[in-house]
Amino acid sequence: MNNQLKILTNGVIRENPIFVLLLGMCPTLGTTSSAINGLGMGLATTFVLICTNTVISALKSLIPDQVRIPSFIVVIATFVTVLQMGMEAYLPALYASLGIFIPLIVVNCIILGRAEAFAAKNGVLSSTLDGVGMGIGFTLALTLLGGVRELLGTGKLFNLTLMPEEYGALVFVLAPGAFIALGYLIAIVNRIRKV
Amino acid sequence: MAKLKSTLPNMLLSLMLISSCAAGILAAVNKQTAAPIAAAKAVALENAIKAVVPEFDNSPLTDKYSAVTSDGDSLIIYPATKGGEAVGAAVESFSMNGFSGEIRVIVGFDTEGNIFNYSVLQHAETPGLGSKMQEWFRTEKDNRSVIGRSLSGGNLSVTKDGGQIDAITASTITSRAFLQTINRAYSAYRATDATTGAIKEGGKNE
Repeated sequence: MNNQLKILTNGVIRENPIFVLLLGMCPTLGTTSSAINGLGMGLATTFVLICTNTVISALKSLIPDQVRIPSFIVVIATFVTVLQMGMEAYLPALYASLGIFIPLIVVNCIILGRAEAFAAKNGVLSSTLDGVGMGIGFTLALTLLGGVRELLGTGKLFNLTLMPEEYGALVFVLAPGAFIALGYLIAIVNRIRKV
Repeated sequence: MAKLKSTLPNMLLSLMLISSCAAGILAAVNKQTAAPIAAAKAVALENAIKAVVPEFDNSPLTDKYSAVTSDGDSLIIYPATKGGEAVGAAVESFSMNGFSGEIRVIVGFDTEGNIFNYSVLQHAETPGLGSKMQEWFRTEKDNRSVIGRSLSGGNLSVTKDGGQIDAITASTITSRAFLQTINRAYSAYRATDATTGAIKEGGKNE
């Protein structure tokens, strides 16, 4: 039981996919222009991560080593497409705000990374927990990064105005600001982990 | 269960099995969701039309027709009528000149050809900058608003280009593209007779 808990919390801090493993930088930098975007992308990725980790760990003995990568990609792409179609059909309002991020999840290397590094070697329950933990860590990191950029760039947080927009530095909403904010966040997290 | 060895038949079999399972799942989900997706899209479009034209009692979605703009693209026009009288039309217009790709806007005109309202359907502009266009061009401040303007005197353009409309701060490219969608919508709207949908001889505009 203790071990399971360890797997679950592993992704949140000790092996946080963004701040420690530095995986999936493309969607991280691209979609976190606001806190709500970061949160949405994080939750969608979490859903896919849990499903793929579970299925891949269940199928792992059926997949020969040399074709494991194409098999994983087929599984991942299937889940992403199912998620996209389901969301568009039954949650059109949510799809309108998150739809553009969904196809990006297929190429998110966290998912393939966890499939390869964890789900292909561990049991179903552990893999599901790993997916949950990694997903939470990813979501937290993206929301934090999005929040920092939104606050510094536009003076808002989750669309609530905290300071006048004139004080915002536009660069934080644009791509260079993403790199700057991420760099400082990684430095801060590294400092905290050392203590 | 022991892990399968990487022999050719094993690899072929397992890939084939996984791919066909995936294809089967996707086909089933697609079949299941195709109708709700189409319905959701129709509702979204109808709401957008309702927002941009005066009150109507027909079904613009079934009465739609397409018209050709002055630069040769064809746009879809949704005519709105009330009690048989034309009250205006919504034009689904687009521009490829946005800061990051395509901008789709639905523009409503009244029978005089004045802009009644607009709604941005789809865009990928910079958040916090170009994405302000949904609100900016209907704000009653300085020369921002395009609502109620008539294009009969020529195309709309931003003040930087000698036009009448204030561009979004730090987003002139987005503003230009947005006004282009409006100009194209008007050009398509004018090229046809709003009530019958018959193509008039030559577009008035350019």
